[in-house]
Amino acid sequence: MLLKKIFGSKGNKTIKNALWYNHPIFSMCLGICSALAITNKVDNAIAMGAGVSFVLIATSIIISPLRKLIPQRVRIISYMITISSFVIIVDMFLKAFFPVISVKLGPYVGLIITNCIIMGRAEAFYSQNKTGLSILDAVSNGISFTVTLIVVAVIREILGFGTLLGYKVTPGGWENWVIMAMAPGAFFVYGVLIWIYGEITSR
Amino acid sequence: MGYLLMIFLAAILTHNIALTYLLGMCPFVALARNLKTAFGMSIAVIFVVTLTAAINWPIYHLILLPTGSELIYYIVFIVVIAASVQFVEMVMERFFPPLQAAFGIFLPLITVNCVVLAVSLFLVLREYTYIQSLVFAIGSAIGWMIAIVVVAAINEKLNLVGDVPKGLKGPGIIFIIAGILALAFMGFGGMVAIK
Repeated sequence: MLLKKIFGSKGNKTIKNALWYNHPIFSMCLGICSALAITNKVDNAIAMGAGVSFVLIATSIIISPLRKLIPQRVRIISYMITISSFVIIVDMFLKAFFPVISVKLGPYVGLIITNCIIMGRAEAFYSQNKTGLSILDAVSNGISFTVTLIVVAVIREILGFGTLLGYKVTPGGWENWVIMAMAPGAFFVYGVLIWIYGEITSR
Repeated sequence: MGYLLMIFLAAILTHNIALTYLLGMCPFVALARNLKTAFGMSIAVIFVVTLTAAINWPIYHLILLPTGSELIYYIVFIVVIAASVQFVEMVMERFFPPLQAAFGIFLPLITVNCVVLAVSLFLVLREYTYIQSLVFAIGSAIGWMIAIVVVAAINEKLNLVGDVPKGLKGPGIIFIIAGILALAFMGFGGMVAIK
């Protein structure tokens, strides 16, 4: 109700779609490469979520006002160039201010370019909607993506390392589930979360 | 020669790009429902990955590094990938129409397949030579093919038996199958080691 008052009915629908009904990861399965690979530590997840959100918002600000000027035939490549320019900014920012995280994320920073969330939203939403609404969509999708990453990373870091943001949280005598910190753990956590989401939405 | 073989085996088995690095997951989840589509897509991926690695290595080492402009390699790589996918599509349309009809729908999708860009980025990060790059590219693509084809085959059989919970159907069960397969692939660990 409150959302409807502030953003109008269209904005309300955009936010609700991004946060639940068309959830980028659980319902549409977009952008899962980077989401799966870097969620073994919470700080990596925060960095990746912030990076993707920044690129999403910046892309929406550039593409949405230009949507009538970009010719139909070359739109994909122009989206790609816009996205990769912002990814370079993210990469340089991480290298300068968070060198440790930058090394840990490695090639996955560059792979934000092929993160299908950004491409998918650009193609499906920013190329057809007004700038204000597009920015709103970018912000809510960014939040949705980041929150999901953090949830998965919290589960995996506690079970896999026994820590949370580097602090020990598990009781003494805790045996780390090493598998959770590695690739199979990512698959299992996402599989189970998608299952829960599917059970709730299909009801 | 021995090192080349090691890179090749590592890219397929111990450092499988789908099951260890978790790359190329978007098409993986979308296409691993059907064995035939999965196979068609992976043939196209092998082709494009090798081609773009062969083009991107000289561009990075002969043009970007000497001119000191390696900062923009993300943009250059993605443009090369998009352009070569478009080019392959045009060549096929002109000279091999049946082939184009067979993987026509997969080609545009490949541009946003992370495997293609990731292989090019790994070449730079790991400082491979030209031949090593090609071997690594082919190996990674074959590794991706093995992963997606096995998961698709298991998924098809599972659908025949059919007792998957309702909410788990579709992407959920593919994640679980891929997780078990990734566990199995960890058994190859220690067979070959690359940096």
